[in-house]
Amino acid sequence: MFTSSLVLGAAAHTGVNWGTILFQLVIFIILMLLLKKFAWGPLMGIMKEREEHVANEITSAEKSRKEAAALVEEQRNMLKEARSDAQSLIEAAKKQGDLQRDEIIAASRAESERIKEAAKLEIEQQKEKAVAAIREQVASLSVLIASKVIEKELSAADQDKLINEYIQEAGEKR
Amino acid sequence: MLEHKAPIVTYFGLNFNLADMLMITIASAVVFLIAVLSTRKLAMKPTGVQNFMEWVMDFVKNIINSTMDWKTGGRFHVLGITIMMYVFVANMLGLPFSIVINDTLWWKSPTADPGVTLTLAVLVVGLSHFYGVKMKGTAAYGKEFFKPFWFMFPIKIIEEFANTLTLGLRLYGNIYAGEILLGLLAGGLAQSGNFGWLYAAVPMLAWQGFSVFVGAIQAFIFTMLTMVYLSHKVSTDH
Repeated sequence: MFTSSLVLGAAAHTGVNWGTILFQLVIFIILMLLLKKFAWGPLMGIMKEREEHVANEITSAEKSRKEAAALVEEQRNMLKEARSDAQSLIEAAKKQGDLQRDEIIAASRAESERIKEAAKLEIEQQKEKAVAAIREQVASLSVLIASKVIEKELSAADQDKLINEYIQEAGEKR
Repeated sequence: MLEHKAPIVTYFGLNFNLADMLMITIASAVVFLIAVLSTRKLAMKPTGVQNFMEWVMDFVKNIINSTMDWKTGGRFHVLGITIMMYVFVANMLGLPFSIVINDTLWWKSPTADPGVTLTLAVLVVGLSHFYGVKMKGTAAYGKEFFKPFWFMFPIKIIEEFANTLTLGLRLYGNIYAGEILLGLLAGGLAQSGNFGWLYAAVPMLAWQGFSVFVGAIQAFIFTMLTMVYLSHKVSTDH
């Protein structure tokens, strides 16, 4: 039974089936052309497109990365510049302030000196005036005393007492 | 169990095996449907079946790249994918069942016929000669037959025929043997006694699994050897 089964699947071959061979050849070529047109072609197209897309994306990513790096560098430089500008501004302001302070101090010192001088002068003048007034009084008192002394014959003790009296009087009058 | 007949008709003095032609058409239609349906909705972001088809393409591309550089091999990409898909589908067709009507075998693998496989082999070898002449020129192509020594010429000629025969018959032998064993299990063991189908189920399952493996491997080998023969003819670096 098995020996006869051996030919199962094997059709009895009587010579070469050139017709089948021709058919296979034609069908295969048609299949290949159809697939190229309807399946492999579009698929290859999209794969190529994707490849290009990825390449483009990589290129543009690289480009924008470079741009970003350049921008960062620029910003950094600007920041540095601004910082140094601010530093110099502060520096200048400080210098200016110092200068102004010194000026103000010098001016006020001069002013106070001037006021002091003026006050001193005033004091001197007042003193002069007072001294002159005293001198005048003393003179007139002396004259008065002398006239009183001459009027009265006085003892030495009385005289002292009298002088003191007058002096006292002069003090009070003033 | 009797010998199955082939439905052969003769037109114009040519023998047409109708069963083979039917199966060739079915195999081609299946390949075409799979390919077209899976590439209907193409997207830049591939999903589902498109991923699978792209994997197949890359697979064939790798086969080509392993034998020649892509600049020469790129033009064989379509040929390679078509051969692999077609041979694979053809190998698979005969596995699930076979149909015998009035003692005539109608459903089988088309690749279980030496005529079909040798046709493919001749097509491949013929293409290799065609591209050899086209890409290297007739003189350089002819010189290849006398390298490395002039007396190698007869061997080179024999090699061409041997290549063709082995390429076609390897595929035929593997698939044919697989189908014979399936036929034996289904038609012999399964019908012996009342529980024959039960005894036959286990080896049937195993052998069908193995045949799937063999069919896939043979499709791969056929594509690989196609590219090897093509590269022998079109490459200049040896």
